[in-house]
Amino acid sequence: MKVSIEINGRTVTGEVEDRTLLVHFVRERAGLTATNVGCDTTSCGACTVLLDGESVKSCTVLAAQADGHAVTTLEGLRGEDGGLHPLQRAFREEHGLQCGFCTPGMIMAAVSLLEHNPKPTRHEVRDGLEGNLCRCTGYHNIVNAVMNASGQEVQR
Amino acid sequence: MSIVGTRVVRIEDQQLITQGGTYVEDLRAEALTGAVHAMFVRSPIAHARIVSIDTSAALAAPGVVAVYTAADLDLAPHRAGPVVEPWLAGEVVRYVGEPVALVLTEERYQLADAAELVDIDYDPLDVVASIDSALAGETLLFPDQGTNLLQTTGGEFDGTAFDDCEVVLTRTIVNQRVAPAPLEVRGAACTWGADGRLTLWLSTQNAQIARSTVAKGLGVRSADVRVITPDVGGGFGAKIGADPEPVVLGWAAKRAGRPVRWTETRSENLVAMTHGRAQQNTITIGGRRDGTVLAFRLEVVQDAGAYPRALFLPTLTELMATGVYHFPKVETSSRAVVTNTTPIAAYRGAGRPEATAAIERAMDLFAAEIGMDPAQVRRVNFIRPEEFPYTSPTGASYDTGEYAQALDRVLAAGGYAELRAEQARRRETGDPVALGLGIAAYVEITGGDSGGESGRVLINADGSVTAWTGSSPHGQGLDSTLAMLLSDQLGVPMDKITIRHGDTDEVPRAVGTFGSRSLQLGGSALRQAADQVIEQARALAADRLEASPDDIELADGSFRVRGAPASGSVTWAQVAGQAELTADVWFGEGTPTFPFGAHLAVVEVDTLTGKVVLKRIIACDDAGPVVNPLTFQGQRHGGLGQGVAQALLEVMNYDADGNPTTATLADYSFITAPELPDFELVESETPTTRNLLGVKGIGEAATIGSTPAVHNAVVDALSHLGVRHLDMPATPLRVWQAITDARKAN
Repeated sequence: MKVSIEINGRTVTGEVEDRTLLVHFVRERAGLTATNVGCDTTSCGACTVLLDGESVKSCTVLAAQADGHAVTTLEGLRGEDGGLHPLQRAFREEHGLQCGFCTPGMIMAAVSLLEHNPKPTRHEVRDGLEGNLCRCTGYHNIVNAVMNASGQEVQR
Repeated sequence: MSIVGTRVVRIEDQQLITQGGTYVEDLRAEALTGAVHAMFVRSPIAHARIVSIDTSAALAAPGVVAVYTAADLDLAPHRAGPVVEPWLAGEVVRYVGEPVALVLTEERYQLADAAELVDIDYDPLDVVASIDSALAGETLLFPDQGTNLLQTTGGEFDGTAFDDCEVVLTRTIVNQRVAPAPLEVRGAACTWGADGRLTLWLSTQNAQIARSTVAKGLGVRSADVRVITPDVGGGFGAKIGADPEPVVLGWAAKRAGRPVRWTETRSENLVAMTHGRAQQNTITIGGRRDGTVLAFRLEVVQDAGAYPRALFLPTLTELMATGVYHFPKVETSSRAVVTNTTPIAAYRGAGRPEATAAIERAMDLFAAEIGMDPAQVRRVNFIRPEEFPYTSPTGASYDTGEYAQALDRVLAAGGYAELRAEQARRRETGDPVALGLGIAAYVEITGGDSGGESGRVLINADGSVTAWTGSSPHGQGLDSTLAMLLSDQLGVPMDKITIRHGDTDEVPRAVGTFGSRSLQLGGSALRQAADQVIEQARALAADRLEASPDDIELADGSFRVRGAPASGSVTWAQVAGQAELTADVWFGEGTPTFPFGAHLAVVEVDTLTGKVVLKRIIACDDAGPVVNPLTFQGQRHGGLGQGVAQALLEVMNYDADGNPTTATLADYSFITAPELPDFELVESETPTTRNLLGVKGIGEAATIGSTPAVHNAVVDALSHLGVRHLDMPATPLRVWQAITDARKAN
């Protein structure tokens, strides 16, 4: 079937198998490889993107389901000044990433989290990122990054 | 002011936070144009004879380019310890997940469809799914060996070691099997060039070791293989070198005449990437009621899995058996058995966490038996600062340590006395939520027994610096750390320094990253190379400044005559324009260093449900001078997270038939953000004299300390109910069962 998806402001059209996952459409048709696949059970969150502004795990969405909708990936994330998004900046400042594989999904999940709760507590950040697994950081600095991006105090 | 020791954000991150990394699966190299996709068909049965393999249906499936089995492979066999491990199983399968066939297709989505059509007829054999059944020996994995016991060390105990003890305790404890499970699963891409060379992009910790393994496997010269390491999404020891799969892929690319891409699925990763730990250890500890331990015995049994790929693990556990303590009498032994399970190899700490878990549980058992605070028992037995260098009874040569100080610092930072008072208060009031305090003091061995490391420094004509390291980071931030060291030493700003690694054509000789060796060996190599380059430059600068080289100093990035500022200065660019300034060195022979520390864990256990909540963990991890506190703390955070996870959650389980029951991330418990507290780090820096930087490794240390600290805390929480021990992980069911059993017994 033919699908047409707006990805980071650009419309990408392609003929896909019915079973094509959004994550593979994004990676292979749109050529945007920041969004990663880390598991086959929708457990790890490495593939998290924004679908019409809401975070979804793109390994659990069919490309067909996203037909006519708008997707934002890490590559399309910008701050208000066109530079780094506050979360991108904060992940760097707070050492919220190590190997970087979970990072695109983690940042996109955090974007959605702050959208809904602009001043979360550390506890709320932890709960909000429950669906995103990181094997490197122990999460401490990821929580710091989200707190930093929300303009709150961090615990170094 | 020196940049070393200051908090510097990573140079690696800009790309990772804007475009994501370039992991193997992200590669769009032209050389991979027209690549076929590869999937291994893996055994669904733990132990069986292969009766027949019919590939005809698979070959007829859409997009299938080739299906290969053992019958097609013309590769010499390779060994795992004393046995042969097939590249693809052709006669017998020995674990669920063992590769049996390889399918190549044009499109990714065709892989699983085709793989399902490979018709393999298995004749099941009896399964050896546990250490006990392996030792019983009724079924043998390798009948030619005559036994499942493939390695034995020590064990000639004279029987008198514990004669002088007032108290002797013995207990068998399980250090459960866990999955390294880096977030990026294993992946590779490869192609043969017109020049007859194989280029292999591989998610590995050591391109050079991988090159040797793959070249040997393929029967070609090392020079005919180029391994390139793109960004690597975590390794944790399980991506050391190359597994059998890349060899088969390299062979298949040649046979098919096409580039090949391979990414395993997460389920495959959980059953086919090597696992870690998997020891059953019997500890015997004896001593006096004043807290002095007089004798300790450790008997290690390593479940090596189906093919014994890492028989150094149990002996490394023996080497580190006595931890941070001076014990007059020590005895160790080890046995390694094969079972119908996934092979065991290195996982963060590799042998040392097992040793530490054993001795730290033993110390707590001893403390409980004599009625002494576990902190005090440790103080009585610590090796003292004036005893270093200290050779342990098992032959480890500890460099430096401040063991008591590390423990005292975490106890002070945690408010140990107040926590004990709170624990007593809860017990008096019958609070169903019990408080538990767990201590672990540890010593770790880093950079040991693995050769040295390479380093090369080149000053470019514009004064910028390119450095090549044999170390191979996969999340540690080593680029930043090494750039900081060079910036400090050469007086060149970090943004003019490029660190390169992970391409065997650029760095032909190297060992790579494991055993927390990168900074102490790789960093020292670059330090040495940079020193040589400075010497070369001083001679050139001396000519220009018409002075003796001995009078030339490098300050703020330029060369001057010492004590004569008016005589002018020469920049790096100026001397680099005169001659090639470069040095290529090999540092050290892998002399180990011994980081150490102490952790205090505070848990709450709901005695009605068995649920454990880690409330706090306070960690002192001393690895000598810190180059970048940011990445140093990051390594500790990660280690804490993984160590805590082993204590509380993680276990790779098999049923009696050898079927893995935790083969997806829906079943295998990664620890998540809400399950961890904010980490409380306590600083301490005790240098070593065994490398140029005074540094020790930090990559694994916090994993080693945190597991027994949390485990001890759970047992401590339940001690007033009569619980003395329970095996990891402390899942609610297991904790509830221990409480129930203790109540029945009382």
